[in-house]
Amino acid sequence: MHIVDGALSAPVLAGGALLAIVGIFIGLKKMDYDQLPLVGVLASVFFIASYIHLPLGFSSVHLIMNGLLGILLGWVAFPALLVALLLQVIFFGFGGLLVLGVNTLNIALPAVFMYYLCYRGIRHDSAKVAAIWGAIGGAGAIVITSIMVAFSLALSGESFVLAAKAVLPAHIPIMVVEAFVSYSAVYLIHSVKPDAIHRDLIS
Amino acid sequence: MSQGLEHSLTSWSGQALKHQSSWIDELDARVRVVCAALFALVVVSSVSFVAVLLGLSFAFFVVKASKLNIKRTLRRVVAMDLFMLTLICVLPFTTPGDTMFTLFGLSASWQGLTHALLITLKANAVLLVLFSLVATMSASTFGHALAHLKVPDKLVHLLLFLVRYLDVISQEYKKMRRAMQARAFVMGTNFHTWKSIGYLFGMLLIRSIERAERILGAMKCRGFCGRFYLNDEMKITPLDRRFSAFFSCFLILLIGINVDDLLQ
Repeated sequence: MHIVDGALSAPVLAGGALLAIVGIFIGLKKMDYDQLPLVGVLASVFFIASYIHLPLGFSSVHLIMNGLLGILLGWVAFPALLVALLLQVIFFGFGGLLVLGVNTLNIALPAVFMYYLCYRGIRHDSAKVAAIWGAIGGAGAIVITSIMVAFSLALSGESFVLAAKAVLPAHIPIMVVEAFVSYSAVYLIHSVKPDAIHRDLIS
Repeated sequence: MSQGLEHSLTSWSGQALKHQSSWIDELDARVRVVCAALFALVVVSSVSFVAVLLGLSFAFFVVKASKLNIKRTLRRVVAMDLFMLTLICVLPFTTPGDTMFTLFGLSASWQGLTHALLITLKANAVLLVLFSLVATMSASTFGHALAHLKVPDKLVHLLLFLVRYLDVISQEYKKMRRAMQARAFVMGTNFHTWKSIGYLFGMLLIRSIERAERILGAMKCRGFCGRFYLNDEMKITPLDRRFSAFFSCFLILLIGINVDDLLQ
């Protein structure tokens, strides 16, 4: 998921960084100072989620949960994910510094897509229907993320095309797991604290 | 193994990487951040093998100078290198060029291998310099350095909030995991696990949204008006000047080697 430094070509790095900056700018505009604690806390939930490793056969996958975060935060997912990824690069060495723009874009843009796609569905009165939209959001974000990762690899050179083709199938297990986890997470929130979903957290 | 990973990483609360104090710690945080970023820029855009190798050896020198725990640092880097190994295996076959050897009718090219090695060396060099220059300060110092470097203040506040509440949320997560373990929950590849983890995550979200409300209430009570004070004064000392001068000379050398390589 994290692309490392040195792999992508300069135009892809620059383009990704530019688009990510636009996204972050929109996110920061939409975020009020009053929402800082909420966004900060949700960013740390995202940070923690990526350390929850679920066993899958002989190996394990970690949750990404950008779909659900996007559904809750909308455009503000951009700055929230940027700071989380930045800390992960510097203190844990996941990913790279110059590809930070591309990585942020690849994870945050699908999150924003899911915000618009699931906006109505997630607010449905029936918990089951809302949870299904949550599952769509969770899995859909991973689908778009892996397509975008594949694209950023393929655009960087002929030799990466094979690796790019492998990205999508490699993410299918995470897609399935994420769909189920998002389903139950939304189902629980709908039953326990429906207010958290019905109200716009970021207006 | 996944258990070990989970444990070691969720207990990070924004502190610097463990290391003995060294002269790198005396340097100004801004200088360290800018130097590391410039280093990444130069090394990643390098085309010459010599320049990247020189960058990597410089990275080792900085790691030594910052007195990082070599074993721990290498373990972090190796985790990434295992990932790079797949790249080294794949790239020779997908890059056209002079044949190195043939396997099942596919020919591996020297160009592909060089490319893969170049990427690995670059990624390693950048990470090592980041670890030794930036990760040796605490995450909040890093945030303050960014603020002094004119990064938008909302972004810096967000970073500081993330650092502060990472530990709190991870405590919350661990508490719930422990409660599940007490009820004999073991993770497996089944629907039950995914449903339970989904509930865990949903509960984590609810608790953090409620916590955020309490934090905002507490901040409002103390008259928060959208401004935090950066209470550390950062001063450029002669040591910073010497280090910056040395560092820029080195980067110019790397750029020179690259230009020379391109002209040939």
